[in-house]
Amino acid sequence: MPDTQQLKDLATQVRRDIVRMVHKVNSGHPGGSLGCTEFFVALYNEVMELNEGFDMNGKGEDVFFLSNGHISPVYYSVLARRGYFPVEELNTFRLIDSRLQGHPTTHEGLPGIRIASGSLGQGMSVALGAALAKKLNNDDHLVYSLHGDGELQEGQNWEAIMYAAANKVDNIIATVDYNKQQIDGSTDDVLPLGDLRAKFEAFGWEVLEVAEGNNIEAVIAGLKEAKTKTGNGKPVVVLMHTVMGNGVDFMMHTHAWHGKAPNDEQLAIALEQNPETLGDY
Amino acid sequence: MKKYTFEKKIDTRSGFGAGLAELGRTNENVVALCADLTGSLKMDEFKNENPERFFQVGIAEANMMGLAAGLTVGGKIPFTGTFANFSTGRVYDQIRQSIAYSGKNVKICASHAGLTLGEDGATHQILEDIGLMKMLPGMTVINSCDYNQTKAATIAIADHDGPVYLRFGRPAVPNFTPADQKFEIGKAVMLNEGTDVTIVATGHLVWEAIQAGEKLAEEGISAEIINIHTIKPLDEEAILKSVAKTGCVVTAEEHNFLGGLGESVARTLTANHPAPQEIVATQDTFGESGTPAQLMEKYGLNSASIIEKAKAAISRK
Repeated sequence: MPDTQQLKDLATQVRRDIVRMVHKVNSGHPGGSLGCTEFFVALYNEVMELNEGFDMNGKGEDVFFLSNGHISPVYYSVLARRGYFPVEELNTFRLIDSRLQGHPTTHEGLPGIRIASGSLGQGMSVALGAALAKKLNNDDHLVYSLHGDGELQEGQNWEAIMYAAANKVDNIIATVDYNKQQIDGSTDDVLPLGDLRAKFEAFGWEVLEVAEGNNIEAVIAGLKEAKTKTGNGKPVVVLMHTVMGNGVDFMMHTHAWHGKAPNDEQLAIALEQNPETLGDY
Repeated sequence: MKKYTFEKKIDTRSGFGAGLAELGRTNENVVALCADLTGSLKMDEFKNENPERFFQVGIAEANMMGLAAGLTVGGKIPFTGTFANFSTGRVYDQIRQSIAYSGKNVKICASHAGLTLGEDGATHQILEDIGLMKMLPGMTVINSCDYNQTKAATIAIADHDGPVYLRFGRPAVPNFTPADQKFEIGKAVMLNEGTDVTIVATGHLVWEAIQAGEKLAEEGISAEIINIHTIKPLDEEAILKSVAKTGCVVTAEEHNFLGGLGESVARTLTANHPAPQEIVATQDTFGESGTPAQLMEKYGLNSASIIEKAKAAISRK
């Protein structure tokens, strides 16, 4: 197990990867990626039980599904640095003939990816299906998923949330990236989510909150607590309060960088704020 | 004209139910999901014999498609069951992204397709589903014609690795194909060899094509009749070989003429062997309430229409 400093160094390097990837192709989604860096680093390096190599069926290991697929930069960086594919391949993000499509997909066979996502609101159902398969297979490993908060405006989520509680799918830990921002503005301005905790509780879920979703120790503690809540007849959701654009000061606390790449000068500032730790790709 | 008979009329959806039940006994990876239409889809036998492998999802088809995609991660072979309208149009994006683009081994099984759903009317009578599904890369599209073929198709698609759309219907129809048939995905079935016109039919229109063939024979017209259960991939070789012999073709389907079997056959002919073609299908319209027989007559989807179109095709040679 890596120590906390090593995880923090990895997170810093991942943030560098994210801004470099989107800068190179002048497209992509840095805001949500930066906001979820600690979550991904914690999940793949401290929280999930993973086998060596990649097996689509994920038997005998924890599996993860990204529902808000537009934050692919952080996903790709963490997968590469966890060894699923060569770090150098991050160079191909969004380029022609790449396995690193704008939104994650199984279509080009990128190891680590088990479902295509991008069109929002579908990942909860998929994760639940995988959780049902684990139960049928007597596999006591867990299914993790990540969802945008704005994404919860998609109705399919609530079909899935209703199904999960009614059928006691208690081997899933869904996390909501609760940054309160979406493309057109704050979630309160676009379509208020209301009391998310109360809504999940009313649907029969076990709800945990991580107040500091960009503090890696807090994220690890929150996810490990969530693990202790599994197997009790209720699905588990973690409301992870994050800051969109975290770690690059001019990208923070705004929806402006949801889907916009930095220019050369902005990249230089972002990199200065996140010094190289593990080596750039 | 080769003689076809049947002992009784029975619905194609019961063929699906029987096939699924058999799969439940023979393939432990097969699981089934249903959106509050277990009785209509004839899934009760599978459900009762395999309660742990049956998932009642409620009236939530989008979630059903996602659950099915997820179940494949873990090696399961999910069969989803609901009406054709709710199996396709309602969940197109879920199928597109989570199943087709993701390459998931999900079998989308759709009953009550087309006009023969009857009295419920146009809200439920989808006539666009073949087009929707055949446009998805990697999707196999099957429209079976009777009980025996639907049962055989259901069993066969479990062994096919990849997404499949299996379309069948509500009413009792003649069960004339052999109970022991070997179902080969993408392989046309020759029902009658002829020389004057090729009739390529799918689904409920196959029996109508046989009826038409018998009447045409009485008038001295020799029809070659092909049962196309698989619309994608289309058995182009069988169609081209037949049309090379007869010189013209009629296609027949319970679907809009846009996006259906007729278009697929036309594309095949124009690319390889242009020939006169007439299409028996609905004419870019919604359906309405009525009995299946009334609707099929009003919208021109019966043996009388096939005969008329066959003569028209021959006259254009």
